[in-house]
Amino acid sequence: MPKLVKDETIVEDSWTLVDADADYPADAISAGDQLILPLALWQPQREVLLGKANVSVWLGSKQAPALLFGNALDDDSESVEFDINQLPLIAIDFPVFSDGRGYSYARQLRERYAFKGELRAIGDVLRDQMYFYKRCGFNSFAVRSDRDAEVAVAGLRDFSLSYQAARDEATAVIKSRHA
Amino acid sequence: MYRYDATDKQILSERVTQFRDQTKRFLAGELSDNEFLPLRLQNGLYIQRLAPMLRVAVPYGLYNSTQMRQLAHIARHYDKGYAHVSTRQNFQFNWPHLEDVPDILADLAQVDMHAIQTSGNCVRNITTDQYAGVAADEIEDPRPWCELLRQWSTFHPEFALLPRKFKIAVCATRDDRAAFQFHDIGVELKHDSSGQTQFDIYAGGGLGRTPVIAQLIRADLPWQHLLTYIEAILRVYNMHGNRENKFKARIKILVRALGVEAFREKVEKEWDYLRGGENTLDSAAVDYVKRHFVAPDYEQLDDSSANRELASQRMESPEFGRWLDKNIHAHRQPGYAVVNLALKPTGISPGDISDSQMDQVADLADEYSFGEMRNTHNQNIVFADVKKSDLYALWQALTGLRLATPNLGYLSDPICCPGGDYCALANAKSIPIAEAIQRKFDDIDYLYDLGPIDLNISGCMNACGHHHVGQIGILGVDKKGQEFYQVSLGGNMGREAAIAKILGPSFAQDEIPAVIEKILDTFVELREAEEHFLDTYKRVGIDPFKERVYAKAG
Ligand code: SF4
Repeated sequence: MPKLVKDETIVEDSWTLVDADADYPADAISAGDQLILPLALWQPQREVLLGKANVSVWLGSKQAPALLFGNALDDDSESVEFDINQLPLIAIDFPVFSDGRGYSYARQLRERYAFKGELRAIGDVLRDQMYFYKRCGFNSFAVRSDRDAEVAVAGLRDFSLSYQAARDEATAVIKSRHA
Repeated sequence: MYRYDATDKQILSERVTQFRDQTKRFLAGELSDNEFLPLRLQNGLYIQRLAPMLRVAVPYGLYNSTQMRQLAHIARHYDKGYAHVSTRQNFQFNWPHLEDVPDILADLAQVDMHAIQTSGNCVRNITTDQYAGVAADEIEDPRPWCELLRQWSTFHPEFALLPRKFKIAVCATRDDRAAFQFHDIGVELKHDSSGQTQFDIYAGGGLGRTPVIAQLIRADLPWQHLLTYIEAILRVYNMHGNRENKFKARIKILVRALGVEAFREKVEKEWDYLRGGENTLDSAAVDYVKRHFVAPDYEQLDDSSANRELASQRMESPEFGRWLDKNIHAHRQPGYAVVNLALKPTGISPGDISDSQMDQVADLADEYSFGEMRNTHNQNIVFADVKKSDLYALWQALTGLRLATPNLGYLSDPICCPGGDYCALANAKSIPIAEAIQRKFDDIDYLYDLGPIDLNISGCMNACGHHHVGQIGILGVDKKGQEFYQVSLGGNMGREAAIAKILGPSFAQDEIPAVIEKILDTFVELREAEEHFLDTYKRVGIDPFKERVYAKAG
């Protein structure tokens, strides 16, 4: 099984990432599978899939979290209401590490939508962005497979203090230094 | 000025360690060029035409003599003995070696300096008025707010990899000296009727390929919300900005594409969630920073007796008088003045300063201006707090250093980017253009007759030389592999912000001085009384200039 950094340690990854263009009907999912479906596959079957502990979803870099609640893939109206915490995991793809959209998506998921489950960075996930991922609310990291996960873990600790608040436990230095 | 505490120092030293490790991994082949690129850029390191260029951050342009001496040391030991003041109030070094950069950063960290976020697709150095804290027309000192923005934006995790660079300026005066309307975000400080600080927030301004004046997004924002509101703007930009085409990636294009109403709506919606959150400021946080910006220990001086003394010194030395008239700005404390050190003597690249000049400027700052200096976006240096009774002695010292050319704001004091002599992105050289113009128009009395004229020169569309807002702007263009220059007129970087209009087809390098001469002749003929260039231009339009410049010979 591929390696995964989760909550600052290296673990085996039990989830299978389903490609963006794969065809994978809901009734083909067996109880033994643990699947991360692309949004395009997940959203139309949302009714049946929600609540299954072995099915989750991933967002592409052009797919803002609001689309989870839309009626169609190009609809970010948030018109469908459901409890996002029925999802065990949400993954956000970084097609290239320099595409920073996923940072905002992560903060939205954690803050606006109060998502508490596993939030995973996938794609071009590298050591030198780990600290930023973590601060935006990611707690698991599928480090690019040709890179050493051990090295990447060290990236989570590049800084011990942060000036501003984001979505981790760190207190903002701007606010705390005189408290 | 802001003094680093143990926390700031710790963050900075962790940064030095981090970049040392990144450089080591790059040199060992563990990081690809592409992976290293944004890391080095966010440490101000460009790979230039001839060598790397390192841009050192000078937050809102302010620094002290200890820092200046360390910069001189860096110029001496790692570079060729000089540094360059950039149009974003920073310092640049043109000749460092990549392997040395971690050591340079360690040297900088000793004096609480760094190169963090001076380049790359992130929030850049926050800029403001070079006369902040001493200007007579100031509503409130903008620097504490700039410092809060600096801290907030430093390693902001959400905005580490934006679609493109992002520049924020703060203006707190009636006369705008921060060009805030030409920034991705322009913050204008105001007071409400009860004297509480509030901000008007503008977005979508900028120069570059498509110059745009920023639009008002939110008026009267209470100060507590400064950071969260800007965070909302940046989030909208980060999520929706164009990432496919780097020429369409700045926020100005997004604001235009969505329309300001729709853009504002998205921002406000995002702010609904951020408002009141952890980054909301309280008075304790603001007061902590404000304590660093209290006025220095001014002496109680009699302004009129100081002025009398200056008047008699002026009689003795007309040259001193000219310098007083041109390079001095009014100070709000009686008996004090603001002094501009002119970094544009003919024959020196605009904004360049040698290591020995830097050392001596540091000494002079200690002696005459409480040990502090500011870089200006016009690429000069300011001593903000000089006693009028010291002006004569300071002038003599600066004259000896060739830093007293009395030409501030005149044609021979251009803004000029490094251009093709250094910059890998350039279409054309810019420094020789500045020099050719300075040489042709070397009669200072003629320049005074012309009145103040902003001449701004950029070597390419990136507009580091702010050519779009020059009253006369010159832009290097590439014409079938040849260096050509496009001339524009009528830009204004002040309160009445305006983008210059292109005069017509471009010119070869050696034609430029004659073209400028024709423009100036036209101005002199059409000018009414003591009218300034810009006012004449506004009155008569571009056509008379065009006709004269492009008239067929004979
Ligand atoms: S304007 Fe162009 S040539 Fe000049 S410094 Fe900027 S990028 Fe380089």
